[in-house]
Amino acid sequence: MIRALRIISSNPLSLTGLVLVLLILAAALFAPLIAPFPTHNGSVVDFAFANRPPSTRNWMGTDLVGRDIFSRILYAYRISLGLGVVVLIIAAPVGTVVGLMAGYLGGWIEAVLMRLVDVFLSIPPLVLAIAVLGVLEPTLANAMIAVTVMWWPWYARLVYSIARSEREEGYVLAAEVIGASTAHITIREILPNCLPAIITKMTLDMGFVIIIASSLSFLGLGVQPPTPDLGSMVAEGARYLPDSWWMTVFPGLAILLAVFGFNLFGDGLREILGVDE
Amino acid sequence: MSPVLRILSRRLGISVIVLIGVSMLIFAIARVIPGDPARIALGPNATDDQVAAIRAEMHLDEPIVAQYGYFVADVLRGDLGESLYTNRRVTTDIAEFLPATLELVIVAGFMMVAIGLPLGILAARHRGRWPDHVVRVLTLLTVSAPSFVWAVILMLLFSFYLPLFPVAGRLNDSYDIARTTGFLTVDTLLAGNFAAFIDALHHLILPAIALALSGIGQAARLTRANMVETYDKPYIEMAQAFGFFPSRIARRYAFKPSLIPSLTIIGLDFAAMLGNAFLVEAVFAWPGLSRYGVAVILRKDLNAIMGTVLVIALTFLVVNIIVDLLIAFLNPRIRHSTRATS
Repeated sequence: MIRALRIISSNPLSLTGLVLVLLILAAALFAPLIAPFPTHNGSVVDFAFANRPPSTRNWMGTDLVGRDIFSRILYAYRISLGLGVVVLIIAAPVGTVVGLMAGYLGGWIEAVLMRLVDVFLSIPPLVLAIAVLGVLEPTLANAMIAVTVMWWPWYARLVYSIARSEREEGYVLAAEVIGASTAHITIREILPNCLPAIITKMTLDMGFVIIIASSLSFLGLGVQPPTPDLGSMVAEGARYLPDSWWMTVFPGLAILLAVFGFNLFGDGLREILGVDE
Repeated sequence: MSPVLRILSRRLGISVIVLIGVSMLIFAIARVIPGDPARIALGPNATDDQVAAIRAEMHLDEPIVAQYGYFVADVLRGDLGESLYTNRRVTTDIAEFLPATLELVIVAGFMMVAIGLPLGILAARHRGRWPDHVVRVLTLLTVSAPSFVWAVILMLLFSFYLPLFPVAGRLNDSYDIARTTGFLTVDTLLAGNFAAFIDALHHLILPAIALALSGIGQAARLTRANMVETYDKPYIEMAQAFGFFPSRIARRYAFKPSLIPSLTIIGLDFAAMLGNAFLVEAVFAWPGLSRYGVAVILRKDLNAIMGTVLVIALTFLVVNIIVDLLIAFLNPRIRHSTRATS
């Protein structure tokens, strides 16, 4: 742990990533305390201050009905990060189990499972999520389902490729010889060797889930108003370009900053854990 | 059988299996829709008799396996049903909107290769020095924002503040170009209207860059990573010992073996672009599949949704077959092999 911290802080880029991630986590956690206008995360109107450019009162300006954009961004981070955590907590274990089974057991199980993964991977991720949302109502919960459905196959493929090569290793053979159960070999022997790759991928994926989730709400298929979401804020403001530039530019930069942080940090983790790209 | 042909036939075989799976997946998604599809098709004011008639027409009262059979039979005949949104054949709708999207994605794909690979080579040649760091930060930045954010930023900078590019659309209204392929860059040239061709290209550049940016970053990162690994190989050391120019070593000895793994990822990135085109099209009012796709989704227009997803999946499979063939062609081990490769 201390060694890890030392490696991270020796690389200025990874350190920047760690700081960004911590800042954004804090912003999301303490949004009600930090936000100058904590009530502006709902359907409040304040027409006296509508459509104002950035000022000392509203650091990032206000939207069409006078809500403080900075406050709304802080609340939107809660939604984005929450969605990311839920999606990854479901998608990573599901994909891992599928990948372990396919990689270790082989045979027809491998053939069936990996073809299934191929099917999911052969539809562009965003299009698959859009199709799932097409039949469900566009809500936050359904957006989570849609993103999870498109996400697990990537973990299955990652874990599968590692498990397959580990299957032939001596320590697996040794475990088989002393009669260890399949569950023991996959979970206690092979899984620990997949963990560095899984953890790195989860860090990087936090950023990508934020991108996909904001893309869905940008198209009007995710979180519904008045709940603030970075994607729908950009979509709303895009209609008033170039005059009310602050309505799109700040939420857009907020996405960029968060994802950039997770990417830098994930890149650093990759080095520490020795995971190949 | 030549090795390239053998790979083609094997890929086609896998693609058929995947396509069957995709059709099942799409069918399953369409059948978990809450509510009665017949009722949705007719609207709330339809009588029960009308609903029953439509149910019979849509085979909704038959077993699910039979329903899937009808679905596949229709698809194989090129019949994707009728769109409830436009009241036209779904195939007609898709034929109208797909070329605009493909044109955008293909141009973006070329940008990804033409800019991403050289950036990766540059970073690898100067690995550990400042050009490498600059490229690393730049590429991380490009993959860190969704394409609609890049679209908005590019539009703001290069259409509004610096009015270099048009804000929206595919072609200036003053040009009247007969539609033959739907690809405006091709149609304008077929019509012999060079000014319109330039205008079409002019409209393409900004949306294509917005779409390509994250792909450029990924291509560059991957090429760099693969090349840095190759630089550790003994034959590079030998080339250096022979005193070959660094530029020649980079191009001929370090880049070539790295190209193949990069191409695989570029194929996958192309898939992401087909999805991201939805976002860029929305910002630039690009009359492609996106507006149609989002409109039919919001109206729960099942036939149109299924048709659109199927066509996109098919496009993606075709692109990946092309990429695989390209790899087989570029890889001398496959090109010259006489035995079957895995």
